[in-house]
Amino acid sequence: MILTPRNKQKIGIAGLIALSTITVLPIVALVIYILVLGLPAISWDFITSFPQDGMRAGGILPAILGTVYLTIGTAIFSVPPGIAAAIYLVEYAPDNTITRLIRIAMINLAGIPSVVYGLFGLGMFVIFLKFGTSILAASLTLSIMTLPVIISTTEEALRSVPNSFRVVSISLGASRWQTIWRIVLPQSIPGIITGIILGLERAAGETAPIMFTGAAFFLPLLPNTPLDPTMALPYHLFVIATQIPGMPVQVQYGTVLVLLAFVLGMNVIATLIRSRARKKRQW
Amino acid sequence: MDKICIENLTVRYSDGAESLKNINLSIPEKTITVIFGPAGGGKSTLLRTLNRLNDLGDVAELSGSVIMNGVNLLDRQTDVIGLRRKIGMVFSRPVTLPLTIFQNVSYGLEVAGERRKPVLQNAVESALKQAALWDEVYDRLQDPANALSGGQQQRLCIARTLALKPEVLMLDEPTSALDPLSTAKIEGLLMDLKNELTVILAPHNTQQAARLAEYAAFFLQGELVEEGDGTQMFMKPRKKKTQDYIMGRFG
Repeated sequence: MILTPRNKQKIGIAGLIALSTITVLPIVALVIYILVLGLPAISWDFITSFPQDGMRAGGILPAILGTVYLTIGTAIFSVPPGIAAAIYLVEYAPDNTITRLIRIAMINLAGIPSVVYGLFGLGMFVIFLKFGTSILAASLTLSIMTLPVIISTTEEALRSVPNSFRVVSISLGASRWQTIWRIVLPQSIPGIITGIILGLERAAGETAPIMFTGAAFFLPLLPNTPLDPTMALPYHLFVIATQIPGMPVQVQYGTVLVLLAFVLGMNVIATLIRSRARKKRQW
Repeated sequence: MDKICIENLTVRYSDGAESLKNINLSIPEKTITVIFGPAGGGKSTLLRTLNRLNDLGDVAELSGSVIMNGVNLLDRQTDVIGLRRKIGMVFSRPVTLPLTIFQNVSYGLEVAGERRKPVLQNAVESALKQAALWDEVYDRLQDPANALSGGQQQRLCIARTLALKPEVLMLDEPTSALDPLSTAKIEGLLMDLKNELTVILAPHNTQQAARLAEYAAFFLQGELVEEGDGTQMFMKPRKKKTQDYIMGRFG
């Protein structure tokens, strides 16, 4: 075959398709594998009742609710300060050494292994601040881990608003804050929400940060206050996968499936919000 | 009567972009003053200095004074937000805010704290009429502003500035992105507006400068070469450089 530009292009495209397939294939295989092994375990009882027989049977309700509590707790502690920090960095902070240091610190914060956050949370919230192993301590630990994600995605969303809007708004006598509140934020809210969900989704699936700070091996009751410990899906999964002899595989994969559905569900919501907002975009 | 007196104004940016060197210029009231010259001459810098939009950029040096109504606009104490309401600005690219047509015009009043519906409605209607846009949009005020054509958007930009009842209207190459018909409409509009307020225009070509200038100032590389009566300037410029530019020998 002669290598005309046309043929070269064909080869190139074929290569790209092959590589994309290789990337997507493992994910598809993984999901199918989990569905096949996990689906038989899923029933109404499975998601609404307590574990029985040393967690070998029954449901996983406390773990599901625990993960919901932790996600809400994380949202409370990470969303408001995260958005505030991003607004400050994009709209107010002068471009100087300190601002650059803050950015570098944030990028590095995002790269820290999650177990380090877990140990920090243990030292800071559980022991030093005396919150004990609790939803509060675990949520705070997850918040610190989520903050960099929320800050950087919010920053990006704010930056995507054309600067000409800000100049026009200011030229019409608006203050900086009025400009942010009336023009910049409404335009960037879809991007911000997407970032929040992606950050929370990661928090919801983490095991290491909560295993020292708030997650329990097994609890016969649901938590009553934020100062109680809780079961949580990722940690429960770790427990039933490694700590319990004679564990039925079905229950394990059923739990995996529930966690996956929880996280993927959040992902789908984020995607929907983004695509709806794209259609409504005004520039 | 002079509306604005610029004395010994020097502006320099830290990135070395277009600057102004020791400018002295008086801008007459209720007249169209045309500020013209080749790109990079300092026209935009001058306009941005007058309503302090320069505050947003990184200005390395700013000296001299700009006096309007007996107040130095460059003074740190000057109420910048109030100043920007008095000196309206229209940009070269029509940038409508991501709001409805109505909200674009009422924006300036709303950020100034006006909440009364009837007041806003009256202001929007009269501003749109003043900008010769009312007849084209009165039945779709709640549509997004970016649904308008380029020429309409630029008139909307003029309308939202007029809604604040400014004393001075500055336009930085307002028709550079528009077709000849829309340009003619906006030029006609400016001829009407100058009876009510002071217009400062930086046109994007010499022909427009010649058409509209009642008073004119020629800027070249940050310096004011010549200023004076508009007709005089384009018929019989005093300086060689001005003549060369008007004749099209450079720029």
